[in-house]
Order: sequence, then C-alpha cells, then structure tokens
Amino acid sequence: MTGNYDYLKKIAPDPSNLIRGLQAVQAQKGYVSDESIVAVAEYFNTPVVEAEGVLSFYAQFKRTKPGKYKICVCDGTACHIKGSPLILEWVSTELGIGNGETDAEGIFSLETVACLGCCSLAPVFSINGKVFGNLDRKSTIRILKEYRNK
Amino acid sequence: MTVSDKIKKLKIGMASCGVAAGAEDVLAVLKEHTGDILIDEVGCFGHCYCEPVVEVETNDGESIIYAHVSPTEKAVANILSLGEEGRFKVNPARKAKELLKVTRLAGVINPTSYEEYVEYGGYAGLRKALGMTPAEVVDEVKKSGLRGRGGGGFPTGMKWSFLAAKEAEQKILICNADEGDPGAFMDRSLMESVPHQVLEGMLIAAYATGSTRIFIYCRAEYPLAIKHLYIAIDQIKANKLNILNGREIDILVKEGAGAFVCGEETALIHSLEGQRGTPRFRPPFPTDSGWKGYPTMINNVETFGNIPYLIAEGAENYARIGSANSKGTKLFALAGDLDSPGLVEVPMGITLREIVFDIGGADPENTKAVQTGGPSGGCIPVEMFDTPVDYDSLKALGAIMGSGGMIVIGKNRCMVETARYFLDFTHRESCGKCTFCRVGTKRMFETLERITAGEGVPEDLDFLDEMGRKVIKCSLCGLGQTAPNPVLATLRYYRHEYENHVNKKQCEVLACDKLVDVKIDPSKCVKCRLCIKNCPVDAVSDDFVIDNNKCPRCNTCIEVCPKNTIFRVKKGEGFYSE
Repeated sequence: MTGNYDYLKKIAPDPSNLIRGLQAVQAQKGYVSDESIVAVAEYFNTPVVEAEGVLSFYAQFKRTKPGKYKICVCDGTACHIKGSPLILEWVSTELGIGNGETDAEGIFSLETVACLGCCSLAPVFSINGKVFGNLDRKSTIRILKEYRNK
Repeated sequence: MTVSDKIKKLKIGMASCGVAAGAEDVLAVLKEHTGDILIDEVGCFGHCYCEPVVEVETNDGESIIYAHVSPTEKAVANILSLGEEGRFKVNPARKAKELLKVTRLAGVINPTSYEEYVEYGGYAGLRKALGMTPAEVVDEVKKSGLRGRGGGGFPTGMKWSFLAAKEAEQKILICNADEGDPGAFMDRSLMESVPHQVLEGMLIAAYATGSTRIFIYCRAEYPLAIKHLYIAIDQIKANKLNILNGREIDILVKEGAGAFVCGEETALIHSLEGQRGTPRFRPPFPTDSGWKGYPTMINNVETFGNIPYLIAEGAENYARIGSANSKGTKLFALAGDLDSPGLVEVPMGITLREIVFDIGGADPENTKAVQTGGPSGGCIPVEMFDTPVDYDSLKALGAIMGSGGMIVIGKNRCMVETARYFLDFTHRESCGKCTFCRVGTKRMFETLERITAGEGVPEDLDFLDEMGRKVIKCSLCGLGQTAPNPVLATLRYYRHEYENHVNKKQCEVLACDKLVDVKIDPSKCVKCRLCIKNCPVDAVSDDFVIDNNKCPRCNTCIEVCPKNTIFRVKKGEGFYSE
C-alpha cells in the first residue's frame, strides 16, 4: 500500500462500516482509485471483490478523478418539469463536456443528480455543493464564467 | 445607516433553499450594519418562493417579514429602518387552509440552539412520555391513528407495539431519512429547521419500545441536515436526554450513498450493515429480525416529527385533526408549475384543489395534473381535484400519498415525456434483484423512448399496460411494485396524448424534441444575428434559416432572440407566415 490511509483508523474496522470507509476515502481524494479499494478492503477485512461490489452499487462513488469544480445538474421531478434538460445542454455546450465527463484541464466535471431538495427554486445545479437556483441560460453561463475566472 | 431602535432581533432563513437563493450574502451585508443586534439563523418557514427572507422582531412583539432581500446596502437599510418596501404577508387563502403543527417551529427557532427549542416548548413531549409507562406511550400512539408518513401508511402505533413486545439484548430504532424521491424535500426541511423535534420523537419511540440504539440513515446530498443533526445529538448527550429505561442510548448518523431503493426497509438495513442495498423477502419482518439479526423498527423523519406534539397534546386532540382513516397533518413539498412553491402543512382530508390553487397559487387555466408520490406515484388530472388528500382516496385513483412530493404539471407539459422521465429514473435505480423490475422497467423505458421519438407503434400501448401490471406483480419491494404507476396512470387519463405520439407522430405541446422543428418567423426577424452567434452547432444559416437536421433543440436561439421570433413548431409543418 503506497498511499497514506491513516484517516481510516478513526472508523472501527467492522465490515458494517465499509460504506463509511469508502466515503472517507472519497472525501479525501474526490474519488476511489483501484489502489484505495484494496486498502479499504484490507482495513475492513473484506474481500476486494465485495468492496468493489458495494462501491459499484451506490451512485455516490466515483471511480475516476473529478474536476476541481464538480457541477451537479439536478434532474429531479421539479427541475425536469422546469427545463433541467436544457440546463444540462447549455452547461455541456459552454464547457464542451458531456454528462459524466471531466474536461481535459481537470477544472470542471459534469453530472446529473436525482434531486438536491431545492425543488422550489427549480431548475437548480450545484457547484462543489453550493446550490444555484432559478437558473436560466444567462445566469447559467454567468455562473460558469465566474468559476472559470476564479 | 439608521437602525430603528424598535428592533429586538433579526432572523434570517438559512436552510438549503434560503442559502441557494443567496441568504449568505445577505447575512454578510446585514452583519456590517447591525452592531449588537442579535441575528438568529433560522430554518425554513415554508415559503421557499420568497427567499431570501429576513424577519424583524420588534420590541412590541411585532413581526415584520421581508421577502426577496437582495444583498445590497439599500435593501438592508430598508429593513433596518423598518421600511415599507418588500414587506411580505402570507397569502390569506394559504393562511386559512394551512395548519402548522409539525412545522410550528420551523423558521422560528435557531436549529442549532437547544435552549431556543426548549424555550418554545421543546422536550415537553419527552418529559410527559417519561411520566407514563412505555406501554402507555405505545397505546397513546395507537389511539392517535398516526400512520407512517414515508408513503406506506402503516399504523405507527402497531409497528411500535411489535418492537415493544420483543425480548432481546439489543433493539434497534432507525430513522429513515433517505429521502430519495426526486421532488420531495419535507424531511430535509424538518432536519435542517427543527432537528431536535425529530430527535425528540426518536427518543420517545426508543423509550416506548425499549430500544437500545438509534440510527439515522440520511442521504449524503443533505450536508446541512447532517450538520444540524450532529449538533443536536451532542446537545442531547450533554443534557443526558439519551438516558432512557436506565441505560444510555447511542445515536448514530449514517450517510446513505445514493441509492433510491434504500428507502425500502430491508434494503436500508443491508446498507446500514455495509452491504449492497438490495431488499430481501419478508417475513421475517425487521421487527423480528433486522439489523444484524436484532429486532429493528424503521420510521420516517416526518413520522418522528409528529410524535412530540402528539404526546404533548394527547392522542385525542391529535385525532381531532384529519379524516376518518388518516389523522393529523401532512407535509407536502409543492413544486412545479405554480406561483408559490414551498413546504406546506395541511390537515389530512383537504382537497387537492385547495392545496394546488388556494395554497400554491397555481393558475387553474394552465394546470393539467398533479403528480403525487414522485416516481412511485401517479398523476391526478385537474378534473379530479376535489378528491380529499388521504391515504385511501389517493390510492383509489391509482396514485399514492407517497412521502409528500407534489409536482404541479402545467398544460404545456407532455404526459408521455413525463412518464418517460420517471421510468428513466426507476429503471436506473432498480437494484436488479427481481427480473421483472430489472428487465421490465428497462423495456418500458425503451418503449417510451421510442414513442417520444415518434417511432412508436400502436401495439406499444398494450405492451406498456401489460408489462406494467407484470412488473407490479412480480417485484419483491416497493420500488418495482410502484415503478409502473406513472405509466399506467398517464395511460389511463391521457391515452389520447400517447395516441397522438404513436399515430400522428405529434407532440401537441411541442415538448418532445424529436417531434418538433425550430423555425424563425421571417416576417418579424430583425436580422440581429444573435441566434447565429449563439448557436452551439452553427445550425442557423446567414439568411436566417435553421437547419433542423443539425439543431439539437437546445432553445438557445429562442432564449437569446430579442424580438421573440423563433418558435418550436410541429415537425414537418411550415411556419404560419411562410
């Protein structure tokens, strides 16, 4: 094991904490690499395939490195009704990346999520957890430009 | 800047919806000018459409609410001088219909302050419960007629009695806060705004059932809710409120990892055990064998949110509200095509008409239907809005109460596309264990994709109906048993829309991209070239004609056109003035 996984030691090595362990890795690195899966499986004393099986079941876990700014376009019911497919299209056009992709510079990554729970402000997206509501084309592009210039 | 000396205290709504609307920036500007005045960061008061919201409490006990506050010196000066501009009054129709019980303190108190919760009558329910025997508490909940708020509607008191009757070394209580239903945010709002109330409900339940350990399974997408829960749990431990029946109860928050199926009891337990979240056969029911084999009971956030006031006011008072078989109040997350989206609390038995039009301010002329219960529910056409909202009436219509998401669908939305959207969600969220759910929902989704692309055949409609019924019959858990509901309900009430897509290859409301063209009205076009400049695929020619083979229907040109001369039209049809 090459990486440092000391932060796992805060979690009791009980297999029922496997998901917490994977979440801790993802919180540290932004994704779960092949090497991390092996490390986590070892720590919780579970077979690697089982850890991989649990990981692949849950939508939260990412297997590839995300960009510096993670854009989650909400496609919950309220947002969908209010035009989230268009928001996705506009973001995708502006950044030149599709759903589930990261740009070549590693600045932005784009994905859709089921619901951010801010339905009354639909349509919304979040960038690194900060939610922006009542989006239209103008505000969408303005927000992306602000982040690009950061 | 003049600051009125009448101001006692300021409150600012800092729940997710407030923050998303820009409350943090408003708070920063406020802080520059308020000096010693206390600014309380409160939760959500339900009127999400007017965030960011600042409330002024005056020395004479008056409350003035300012809506849509912008983070500017001018807006803040107006508030601090108690100006007339931007004052907000709750729409009288909404005020008359709403009944705030569970959300009584949401947006009123600071969610991170234990003292404020107690000051406003918090933990009175727990104190009263501790003066009763556990069996008396269970009886009280039974008598109240409270039914599970997560969607199933199982009598809560009965569930409690199952767990209470068990003799075991460990008994587990789980709060299901995995609100995965897209379009619902009741649980998020309660946990963010009144975390202590939800926890008080759990402590009462733990006392009544003799539970030894409490888990809260909360979705990771709700960071603020999780933060507030942790703060509240620390305060509970500091005040030793978690010592019940002579032993210390452990309260643990576990973050879900994004799987809709984990809302199902047995799947949730598997996930808590660190496994893939697949459901299993019942029996044994969780109250017989749940988390690691111990007797386990799962209730929803809103159910727990009901408990403190149910106990404090007594079952008889509780049961006075509501209809014959559905007691108490219900929270609804109102969103979609309406004026005033937000969180509303109404007595059971109120009609959909009252919720959607009187409270939500939707335009009756432009409302087609309402979708209850999210992807597991069905749509209810506007013609049936006199239906009372309770568990049994909604079920009779092919919809469900669900957890409380209520999406208003306007006349300009396509019902086939809406059904396709829900199946897109459920077929991806199917855990794959049952063949009919795994393959059946996928086939239904593919069929709907073809229909919305204009490639449907008449037999598709019978196929959808037949397959939908089979998926319901042959699935183990609630996900598969309800996934076809949106299709079956739209087929029942909006068959003509399906037939238009299949037979005429038309989408009446111009929503399905593959059945529309985008055209510029040449008689009104001012040739400003904005559409040409902004088109991402260069589909607009120099003489202002759109190449519909290239056009991705992204609406960019329609949005940027200053004269509104670009329109979606039925595929193959010319423009009226051509």
